[in-house]
Amino acid sequence: MTKIELTVDGAAVSDDVEPRMLLVQYLREKLGKTGTVIGCDTSNCGACTVHLDGTSVKSCNVLAVQANGRTVTTIEGLADTAEGELHPVQESFRECHGLQCGFCTPGMIMQAVDLLGENPNPTEEEVRLGMEGNLCRCTGYHNIVKSVLHAAEGAKA
Amino acid sequence: MIPVQFDYLAPASVEEALSALGQHGDDAKILAGGQSLLPVLRMRLNAPEVVIDLGGIASLRGIRDDGDAIVIGAMTTHHDVRDHALVKEHALLLSKAAAEVADSQIRHRGTFGGALAHADPAGDLGAPALALGAQFVIAGAGGTRTVEASDFFVDLFETAIGEDEILTEVRIPKHTGWGAHYEKFVRVAHQWPIVAIAATVKGSIDEARVGLTNMGSTPLRATATEQALTGATATEDGVRAAAELAAEGTNPPSDLNGAADYRQHLARVLTGRAVLKAAGV
Amino acid sequence: MTATQDRPAAEIGKDRRRKEDQRLITGRTRWTDNITLPGMLHLAMVRSPFAHATITSVDVEAAKASPNVVAVLSGKDFGDELGVCINAWPITPDQKTPGHSPMPADRAAFAGEIVAVVVARSAAEARDAAELVDVEYDEQPAVIGIKNALRDEVLAHPDLGTNKSALWVFDSAEAGTGSDVEAAIETARTDGILIEREYRQQRLIPAFMEPRSVVVDPTGEQITMWSATQIPHILRFALAATTGVPESKIRVIAPDVGGGFGGKLQTTPEEWIAWAVARRLSKPVKYTETRSESLMAAHHGRDQVQTLTLAADKEGNVTGFKVHLDADLGAYIAVVGGGVPVLGAFMFNAIYKFPSYRFECQTVLTNTTFTDAYRGAGRPEATYAIERIMDELAAEVGVDPLEIRERNWIKHEEFPFTTVAGLEYDTGNYEAATAKAKESFGYDALRAEQKERRERGDRVQLGIGVSTFTEMCGLAPSRVLGSLDYGAGGWEHASVRMLATGKVEIVTGASAHGQGHETAFSQIVADRLGVPFEDVEVLHGDTQIAHKGLDTYGSRSLVVGGEALVKAVDKVIDKAKHLAAHLLEASEDDLEYKGGRFTVAGTDQGVAIQELATAAFAAHNYPEDMEPSIDAEATYDPVNFNYPHGTHLCAMEVDTETGAVKMRKYTCCDDIGTIINPLIVAGQVHGGLVQGIAQALWEEAVHDEAGTLVSGSFVDYLLPTSADTISFDVVHTDDPSICTTNTLGTKGVGEAGTIASTPAVVNAVVDAVRHLGVSDIQMPCTPERVWRAIHAGDSDAPTPETAMPHFSEGALNQDEGAGQ
Repeated sequence: MTKIELTVDGAAVSDDVEPRMLLVQYLREKLGKTGTVIGCDTSNCGACTVHLDGTSVKSCNVLAVQANGRTVTTIEGLADTAEGELHPVQESFRECHGLQCGFCTPGMIMQAVDLLGENPNPTEEEVRLGMEGNLCRCTGYHNIVKSVLHAAEGAKA
Repeated sequence: MIPVQFDYLAPASVEEALSALGQHGDDAKILAGGQSLLPVLRMRLNAPEVVIDLGGIASLRGIRDDGDAIVIGAMTTHHDVRDHALVKEHALLLSKAAAEVADSQIRHRGTFGGALAHADPAGDLGAPALALGAQFVIAGAGGTRTVEASDFFVDLFETAIGEDEILTEVRIPKHTGWGAHYEKFVRVAHQWPIVAIAATVKGSIDEARVGLTNMGSTPLRATATEQALTGATATEDGVRAAAELAAEGTNPPSDLNGAADYRQHLARVLTGRAVLKAAGV
Repeated sequence: MTATQDRPAAEIGKDRRRKEDQRLITGRTRWTDNITLPGMLHLAMVRSPFAHATITSVDVEAAKASPNVVAVLSGKDFGDELGVCINAWPITPDQKTPGHSPMPADRAAFAGEIVAVVVARSAAEARDAAELVDVEYDEQPAVIGIKNALRDEVLAHPDLGTNKSALWVFDSAEAGTGSDVEAAIETARTDGILIEREYRQQRLIPAFMEPRSVVVDPTGEQITMWSATQIPHILRFALAATTGVPESKIRVIAPDVGGGFGGKLQTTPEEWIAWAVARRLSKPVKYTETRSESLMAAHHGRDQVQTLTLAADKEGNVTGFKVHLDADLGAYIAVVGGGVPVLGAFMFNAIYKFPSYRFECQTVLTNTTFTDAYRGAGRPEATYAIERIMDELAAEVGVDPLEIRERNWIKHEEFPFTTVAGLEYDTGNYEAATAKAKESFGYDALRAEQKERRERGDRVQLGIGVSTFTEMCGLAPSRVLGSLDYGAGGWEHASVRMLATGKVEIVTGASAHGQGHETAFSQIVADRLGVPFEDVEVLHGDTQIAHKGLDTYGSRSLVVGGEALVKAVDKVIDKAKHLAAHLLEASEDDLEYKGGRFTVAGTDQGVAIQELATAAFAAHNYPEDMEPSIDAEATYDPVNFNYPHGTHLCAMEVDTETGAVKMRKYTCCDDIGTIINPLIVAGQVHGGLVQGIAQALWEEAVHDEAGTLVSGSFVDYLLPTSADTISFDVVHTDDPSICTTNTLGTKGVGEAGTIASTPAVVNAVVDAVRHLGVSDIQMPCTPERVWRAIHAGDSDAPTPETAMPHFSEGALNQDEGAGQ
C-alpha cells in the first residue's frame, strides 16, 4: 500500500492504495465518483477522461499513485451542480442533443473543456481532430461536434 | 482490467532511479508517461515486480538550446514537444510528428523519451528522430553515454538502452529553417499508423531526410530517396521519381491493415507527397 | 391545482431538450457497474483460449488459496440450477440446436467461452486468482468460416452430425404472392439481363460503449438482478423458465444502460453464472466485463454470404430476384440468432415491384462467438444486397442508378401495396423523398464534377452512391411472430398513474438505453392528456414497476410502446370523463375534453384532469358504478409492421493512388411519418448512419484459422472517431406519409440510418472507380481492398467481371478468404 494525498473536485482526500490501482478505479471505488466510467482496456475510448492539474488525461492510463499531490477534476466537479449550475459545455451538450446513452458523455465533456481551453475558437475540423481520443457509439459525433462549437460560440457572446 | 501487484518507487533523481534499477534489475520496469506501459500492464502482457516512476525527476523535463542542437528531456510530454518554440524553429519535423501521436489526452501524459525507449516500430517519433540524426543520452551506473540514432533502434521494442540504464535526454541537431511534413496513413484516427513518412528538407531541395514508420522492425531511413533528392529541384515529377526508391530495403509487416507489398506501395506514394509538402510545393 | 391553458399548444413535433440529460451530463448516473451492496463479492471468468476443446480437468486449488478468494466453481459444480441459454426462435421444426450451457463442464465450443468462475472480495483479487485456475484442454479441430462449415468436414458440435442448422425458404410462387423465379431467370438468361453476385456481410461487433455488467442480490424475498440489458422482461422470463426460480421471485432491473444496438438483446452466460453463484453463496455478486471480454464473448452480428440472382428485361425492369443466404450463427443459437437473417426475408424486394421472388437461408454452426441481433438485424443485409445489385443493373443497362430504381419502385399512388414477400406497405412516397434528397444533395452538380474528374484523369475520383431503402419495423404483430415460430409475442404494455397531486407517472414496458423515451413519451402524454410536459414522469426498466413488457429493439418503442401509451391515456380520459360528469352534474355527452380540462358545453363550468385525480384519490364523492381511480393500463398488439423509407445519397472521394476513401457529402431524406421530437429523430439518424458507414468502411471481426479473434480490442476493431466522420445533411419530406396503422402516424427510426447507409457508401466507392474496371469491393472497403480492386485489371489475371456471369462451384467472386 502507498499513501496518497490529492485534491479531487475541490476536496482534499487521502488514502492508502495498492500501487497497481488505476486512477479511474480510485475515483470510482474509493471515492464513489462513479460519474467517471471505464469503457475499454486499451485507452482508446476516452470515457474515463478527467483533468489532472488542469489538462485532460485518460484516468485508466494513470496510476492512482501518480496523482499523489495533484489536483483531479471529474465531471462531478466541473460545476457546482448542487447549486443547480452547469458548466457551459455541459449546457451545450444538453442544448444540442450531444448525447444519447450518456456513457461516453463525461469523457466527451471533459475533453471538450480541455480543447476549448486550448483553442477557444475552433473550426469544425479542429473540433473533430481534438476529440479523436473519445469514442461514441450513439450520436455519430454530429451533435457532439455541434455541441462543442456551440459552447465556443456561447463563450464569445 | 487491473495490473498484477507490483511495488512502486518514485525516485527524486536520476541517481536514485539508477540505484533502484541496479537493485531490481529485470524485475523492474521504468514508468515514464505510462501511455504504452499501462495498457500492457492492464492486459497483463507484462508483470514487473517493481515499477520505477520517473515522474518526480524534474531534471528530465524540458527543452533547451545547446548550441548546434536542441536538447529534449526524456520526460517532456508530446504536447510540450509539439508546441515548443525551439522545436518549431530547429526541428519542425518533430513538432509535426508529436502533433500526430495518438490523441490529445495521451499527448498530455506520454513522453518523448518514453515513446522512443519503447521503440514500437509503429510509434510516430522514431522515424523523425532517425531522420534528424538524434543523439540519445543514456545514463548508467558508470555515467552517461551518447548513442547515435542509427545505433539506437535495435529491433522490435528493443533499443541500445541497457537493462540498468535510463534514457535521460535526446539531442537533436538543429535543422533550422528546414521544411517538414509528417504524413501518417491510418484507416481511423485513433489507430497506430499503417505507414507514416517523416520528411524534412532544406531549401527546395538542397538536402532531404526521410524516415519511415512501421516499414520494418525498427524505424528506417529512405536513404536512396534522400540521395536522389539531394540537389534536385522540387518538381512533382522529380520528387515522385526519387520517392519510387523509398521502399528499398524495407521489410514491413503484413496484417489486417495491409500486406507488406501494399505498405511498400504506400511508402513510395506517401514519400513523394510528404517531401513535396515539406518543400512547400 | 393550476389550469393548463398556459401550456404551449402542441408537444408533438417540438424539439424538446431531453429530460434524461441533466443527470447524464453531470455524472449522476446509475450504471450497473456503479452498484455496490453490503458484502458484495466480485466475479472473474476463466475463458477457453481454444475455439474447440474438450475440458480434461479443472484444478482450482491454487486459485482457492489466493488472497480473499471465496469460491472457485466450474461447470461440474453445478446441476440444473445453472440453467441454460435459450434460443427463442427455432426457425424450422427440424432446426439442429446445440445445447448451450452457460458454463459447459465438458467442452468449449468457441474461444472466450466460460469454463470456470472465481469469486473474491474484490474484482482485482478475483482476476488475480483467475490466472491461477489450471484448466487442461484437449484441443479439437475447429470449424471457422461459412464455407468450411458448409463442407461438414470438421464439425462445430460433433454430436449433431452436421454444421447445417436449418434451411428456411420463402418462395413467391408457393406462397401465391408472385410467380416462379426460375422461369423469370431462364427468360432473362436468353432474352434479358441476368445479374449474379455474391456479397459478403462481414461479421460485426455491436460495441456498445458501456461494457456489460450484472449484479445479483439474493438477500431479499425476491432475488434481484441488475443488468446492462435491453430486455429486462425477457431476461426475467428466461431466468424463471430455465433456473427453477418462480417468475414471481425474480426482479430484474435495467438501470442506466449505455447503448445496446441489439448487442444487449441477449440472455447471456455471464448473467446466468452470476445468478447461480449468488444463489449458491447467498451473497450479492457483481461481474463487469472488460472491453476485451466484451469484444470476444458478447454476441457478434451479421456474418452472411449472399448469393444473388437478379433477372430483368433489357430495359432494366426486374422480373425476378433469387436470394440464397448462408448465415454463420457461431457456436450456439443465441436468443434470436437464427431469426435475424430470416427477418431479412421480407425486405430483399425492398421498395420494388418484383413479379417473382425466392429466399433461402441456410444457417450454419461454427466454433466462433455466437451471433445475434445488431442494429437493423436482417434488414441491413437485405438492403445492402438489393441496393448494391440495383446499381449493377443500372450499370448494365447504362442508366443513372436513380432511374433504374424509378422504373421498378412502387409509385406513391399505388399504396397500399402488397409486396411479392407478402407484406402490405400502407404508405410511402419514394418519388418525393428522392426529389428532396437530390435537391438537398446537389446531385446534378456532383455528377458534373464526377464527369469532369474522370475526363481529367484526376488522382482523386468522385463517386455517388444511392440507397433508396425501406424497412419493416415496429416488431411485431404477435400473430406474425407466431407464424414464424418465434417464442413470444410482439405487443407492448403501458400504464398511466394519476397521482393525487396532479402529477402523472407513466409506466412502459419498453426499456430505453439512450433513445430518449423519457422525453418523447412525456411529449405524447402531455399532448394527449393535456398536462404539462414537466409533470409527466416516465418509469421503465424494473420488472417490479413495469411488470409487463417486451422491451426495446427492432425500432418498436415508439410505434408499439408509444401506441400502448396512447391507448392507456385514452382509457384514463374515459374514466375521468365519467367522474367529471358526476362532479359537474352534467351528462357525459355534454362534456368536451381539451387542454387537460373537461368543460360543459355552453357553460363556463369545468374541471381539470388534475382535480379529477385529486378527487379520485380523496374518493369522497364518485359515481357508484366506478372504482375511485382514473388510472389505466393498456396492452397493444400492432396490426402491422410499419414501413419507413428514404433516399440516401453519398458522395465519396477515392484516392486512386492509395485506395484511401473520404466522405465528401451525405444527404438523407427519410420519410418516417409523424415526428414526435425532431431533435431525437436527428440523433437517431446520425448515429445510425455512422454505424452503417462503419460497416462499409471500417469494422470487421476477424478470426484466424485457429478461431482466435484477431480484432479483439479497440486497437484492431476499428470504431470511427469524430475525425473520421462528417456532419450529415438530414432532411425530411415536406408532406410525410403518415403511418395508417397507429394513432400517432409514426414509423420507427432507430435502425433506419444503419439500414440505409451501408450500400449508399459502397455504391459510392464503386461508382468512383467503376470506369477503372471495378464492379465490387468487399466490405469493409479498406484502402488496400480499394487499391487492389483498381489494380486488379493491371495484369492479365481475370477480373471478377470476366468470371461472371455464372457461379463457379463453391467459389466467391470476391477476395480470397471471403466467407471462409
